[in-house]
Amino acid sequence: MSILVDEKTQVIVQGITGREGSFHTAQMIAYGTQVVGGVTPGKGGEWSNGKPVFDTVASALDATGANTSIIYVNAPYATDAIYEAIDAEIPLIVCVTEGIPLVDMLKVYAYLRQNHVSRLIGPNCPGVLTPGQSKVGIIPGFIAQRGDVGVVSRSGSLTYDVVYRMTQVGIGQSSIVGIGGDPIIGTSFVDVLEMFEDDPETNRVVLIGEIGGRAEIDAANFIRARMTKPVFACIVGTSAPEHTRMGHAGAIVVEHETSAALKIEALRGAGVIVADDPDELVDLLQ
Amino acid sequence: MYLHEYQSKQYFARFGIQTPPGKIAETEQEAFNAAAEFGVPVVVNAQALDHQRVFRLASTPDQARAIAADILAMTISGVRVGTVLIEPAVAVSAEYFLGIYGDRGSSWLMIASPEGGRDIIEIEREHPQTLCRETIKPFLGVLEFQARNLASGLNLPREQWNAFTQIAQNLYRCAVACDAIRAEINPLSFTANGDLIALGGKLVIDDNALFRQTELASIRDVKAEPQSVVAARAAGISYVHLSGTIGCVVSGAGLGMATLDMLARHNAAGSSLLDLGGDIQRDKISAALRLILPEAQSVLFNIFADKTSCIEVARELLAAFSTIQAALPLVIRLAGRDAEAGRAALEAANLPLLSTAATTYEAVEAVSKGGGHVDFSG
Repeated sequence: MSILVDEKTQVIVQGITGREGSFHTAQMIAYGTQVVGGVTPGKGGEWSNGKPVFDTVASALDATGANTSIIYVNAPYATDAIYEAIDAEIPLIVCVTEGIPLVDMLKVYAYLRQNHVSRLIGPNCPGVLTPGQSKVGIIPGFIAQRGDVGVVSRSGSLTYDVVYRMTQVGIGQSSIVGIGGDPIIGTSFVDVLEMFEDDPETNRVVLIGEIGGRAEIDAANFIRARMTKPVFACIVGTSAPEHTRMGHAGAIVVEHETSAALKIEALRGAGVIVADDPDELVDLLQ
Repeated sequence: MYLHEYQSKQYFARFGIQTPPGKIAETEQEAFNAAAEFGVPVVVNAQALDHQRVFRLASTPDQARAIAADILAMTISGVRVGTVLIEPAVAVSAEYFLGIYGDRGSSWLMIASPEGGRDIIEIEREHPQTLCRETIKPFLGVLEFQARNLASGLNLPREQWNAFTQIAQNLYRCAVACDAIRAEINPLSFTANGDLIALGGKLVIDDNALFRQTELASIRDVKAEPQSVVAARAAGISYVHLSGTIGCVVSGAGLGMATLDMLARHNAAGSSLLDLGGDIQRDKISAALRLILPEAQSVLFNIFADKTSCIEVARELLAAFSTIQAALPLVIRLAGRDAEAGRAALEAANLPLLSTAATTYEAVEAVSKGGGHVDFSG
């Protein structure tokens, strides 16, 4: 089992001939991901990383039967790539691209809600990795090891840090999901928690959150109401001055109710074991 | 990207929102001339990015000159005020707040309050019961009933509802067209003549959209920004100024926040946070060090190498250090592929004030004690 991706996942790469797309396609193939083709408008018929390139997502799906798309298209063109994938009704779309304008993502989000086929992960996210089976995105393969802990995070750098330390102390992962640091993202903590709760191979869940937004409060409410599996969490940004943007477009303390302290309180109230920092998070899992 | 108030109001006017006539002045003489031309009284308004309004009323051109001289000598948020906005004073009977935000949830959020003239944060804190909210759908825009909901929430006279609806719809159109993540008319004033007019305003433009907002990008006032912010942007580094003593350079925003939190628990604090992202190469590291050195007493690097190996990162770090003249404690935490070899490479360089760490905790412990294991014996 695992969630979202496994050894049967068949992936097309939108932006396969670009610098990032080409580099990460090679990494995904090396990890064992079933990359079945790619899309670059105007380069249909060519080959890239040993995979056929198509002009459109629809023709790529017809020819390959892929069920997942990974998007490495530059920000100015990324939302067009997402719409194309949604219209082709691909079940899973992962968008790594960072720097997509908010105005564009607000529309994508509204459009996604009218289309009940596709799930979007990201944008501005490292993607999904199921250790030993499939990597769809840019999470480095060497940090992960097969196990029973599901990991979900808004921050790429912290995901890598925490997962690698888990692996070094012998705690493996069922799946690792980076949902992205932008204000508007396709898949929330709650969506991923629900999947981990239903996944027989996941026995515990790690949630890494941060200041800004309400996603961790929503997660706390979901955990209290629905989760039976133990959840371990860490919220970063407790020391951030109010109203300071901390790097992610997402991480800004705008309202009082979304400060790190209140998120921690909400999670503890829902029975989550909350660590002071990512180092302690790994200690608590042992 | 922040716009000045006068710039924001120029965009409001383009989208059909009434604003007072105004002239900007960069010298006291220009302020005098503008006041003489408009006729007194005039409002002399400091133009500072991302700051609450600072303005005074002048009842003669000479007074406008004196006030402008005062304001142009002011420093707001560490930056000298370079521009004042001169506008004829308007008699008003009520002041409202109207703003629209690209909301984190899923859509636009329009907020109105009768507590105009105050900052939205202050209204939220002190008068939350006055806030009226409407969720604006991206494919529909501001619907008339939503504007009426806000107008009645403000207790606006019924004869003003149509005018208010126009303003709300125009503000939304302006925000979308300008890629604003935040657009505020504050105050939206009800004049003695019975008009609704945008006396104050603020537009914050989405940095991610500047590639297509070329006109807005071209009017950025870099003189009104701190030098460090301008330099960081040029180097492609995400930079946050803080109030502590330790310069923090990290390879990701989340890792950066975790580092600052851990410093705080050690009763230490960052002087600034610089996020290099995934590209850890020498020019970017040198640029980061040049930004940090004027304000830091020690430096902490917290890097997780995901794309390349730590050996490569160590090479880039040492190359960058060789370009910088400085003597202050430096603690480097390297994690990721070949971390031990990377740390060994750093230590082999024998830089007297440099120490390495395997975990964030170790690094924070070392740097908050005023530097690493500095070896004075050699």
